[in-house]
Amino acid sequence: MSGRWLWAWLLPGYVFLYLPIALMAVFSFNDARLLTAWGGFSFRWYVALWQDQVLIDAGLLSLRIAAISASVATILGTAAGYALARFGRFRGRAGFAALLNVPLVLPDVIAGIALLLLFVALQRLIGMPAQRNAGTIAIAHATLALAYVAVVVRARLADAGTELEEAAADLGAPPWVVFARITLPLMRPAVVSGWLLAFTLSLDDLVVASFVSGPGATTLPMVLFSAAKRGVGPEFYALATIVMAIVLLALAGAWLARRIGAQHPVAPRPPVG
Amino acid sequence: MNGRAAILAVPLAWLAIFLLVPLAIVLVIAFAGPGEGIPPFTLGFHPANFTALVTDGFYLGAVWRSVQVAGISAVACLLIGYPMAFAMTRTPVRWRATLLTLVILPFWSGFLLRISAWIGLLRDDGWINAVLLALGVPGAPLTLLYTPFAMYIGIAYCYLPFMVLPLYTSLSRRDVVLEEAAADLGAAPWFVFSRITWPLSLPGVRAGFLLVFIPAMGEFVIPELLGGPGAETIGRVLWSEFFTNRDWPTASALAVVLLVLLLLPAAWWQRRQGRAV
Repeated sequence: MSGRWLWAWLLPGYVFLYLPIALMAVFSFNDARLLTAWGGFSFRWYVALWQDQVLIDAGLLSLRIAAISASVATILGTAAGYALARFGRFRGRAGFAALLNVPLVLPDVIAGIALLLLFVALQRLIGMPAQRNAGTIAIAHATLALAYVAVVVRARLADAGTELEEAAADLGAPPWVVFARITLPLMRPAVVSGWLLAFTLSLDDLVVASFVSGPGATTLPMVLFSAAKRGVGPEFYALATIVMAIVLLALAGAWLARRIGAQHPVAPRPPVG
Repeated sequence: MNGRAAILAVPLAWLAIFLLVPLAIVLVIAFAGPGEGIPPFTLGFHPANFTALVTDGFYLGAVWRSVQVAGISAVACLLIGYPMAFAMTRTPVRWRATLLTLVILPFWSGFLLRISAWIGLLRDDGWINAVLLALGVPGAPLTLLYTPFAMYIGIAYCYLPFMVLPLYTSLSRRDVVLEEAAADLGAAPWFVFSRITWPLSLPGVRAGFLLVFIPAMGEFVIPELLGGPGAETIGRVLWSEFFTNRDWPTASALAVVLLVLLLLPAAWWQRRQGRAV
């Protein structure tokens, strides 16, 4: 198979994926407001972003909601994924697994309206939550994201097998030591990527947040959405470029960390017990 | 309560309260009557909410349009994603992780920001029309934004990773020896593809198709931002019933209909999976 043939198949797809992003990055430095005319190199849209207090407040609120909901989702999702991977056959396992799959396929509009109706009903019945705000958004995001965390953790534990845990138990390690010294380190990469996935899902969500939010809780996607309906300006492209740069830096960091880790493998731990 | 029960009970209780109960409430409100208060409904049993959805051409049109949009977008993803996934399995192994990461990478860059890139490309005074004008294409500038085309391309762009990843998994598992044997025995390339490669990749095609089709059915943001006023999908109708008309019972009934429509392909998938194992 010739190399030229391969490129002909690969390149159109990658151009499709990256041309829009590249255009945004280039034109975020355009001094002119017009999209298509180049008015010289400038940072003015980045300065405009920096001075946009509404956008900054919304961004900080979104980061806070994402951090809280991702942490809650990680705790709940890790517990669920661990239970599915390690508890064998328990009663109601199939039902539990099916329930965990629901958020993966549930359209945002349904999740949004359902959770809003719940919060309204709860407010009627027990007076809680007293108002809809960042807290209700975080609960909604945690509920949907915990399913993704559970999938990742469960897959990781299923891949790892139970041999190490069984060996430790055979050698006399009490259950909590097995969990802390074997299972937890095995799960850790999945827990970290599950948290990151939950964090991104929360940051990206417009629809669910719009349903369950109340006055005063405006997230970044809400601000971007209403701005996009009025027309997209170069500030959008500046923000997109910053986000892309952060993602690339994080990826490069992860890649470097793995390389360094590969050069200095962690010494095997002494046997437990 | 022992430790195992506690580990199971906490996520189960959370899902029961914040997932099962809300979905049950949607079903209750879907049968509720209209109301003027806050919240705007009165509890009761009004199947008319559903008969209105079936008899009113506007809602039926939205349902049909959603199926169409999801189907066309999934096929577009397949047409773009299949060559990519196929070629990836022929690249040296050391490239593959990077190539896969590059497919997922735009996914992390923010949904609304990616769509805003397409607004910039498709606008009357956008990048595509600038190129067309510069080339002297007759009829330029073309109306591209706020058309069904813009919506399909936006969905295909945002959901492409969901197609490429299962396709790649499925294609990378196939035994290339079969294709080589067929070629050695004189089969033409298209014959090798249609009789060997394509059938072997079908599980990936099915998974990818559903992973695009299901979320695209309920999609609100892309039809709203790229599709223009004619692109009334279920997601958009539900949204405007809820936020603009404040008709919560109709919005809930639409949610029930959408959920049932999505259960059909999901159940089909479950059956196929069961048979394959």
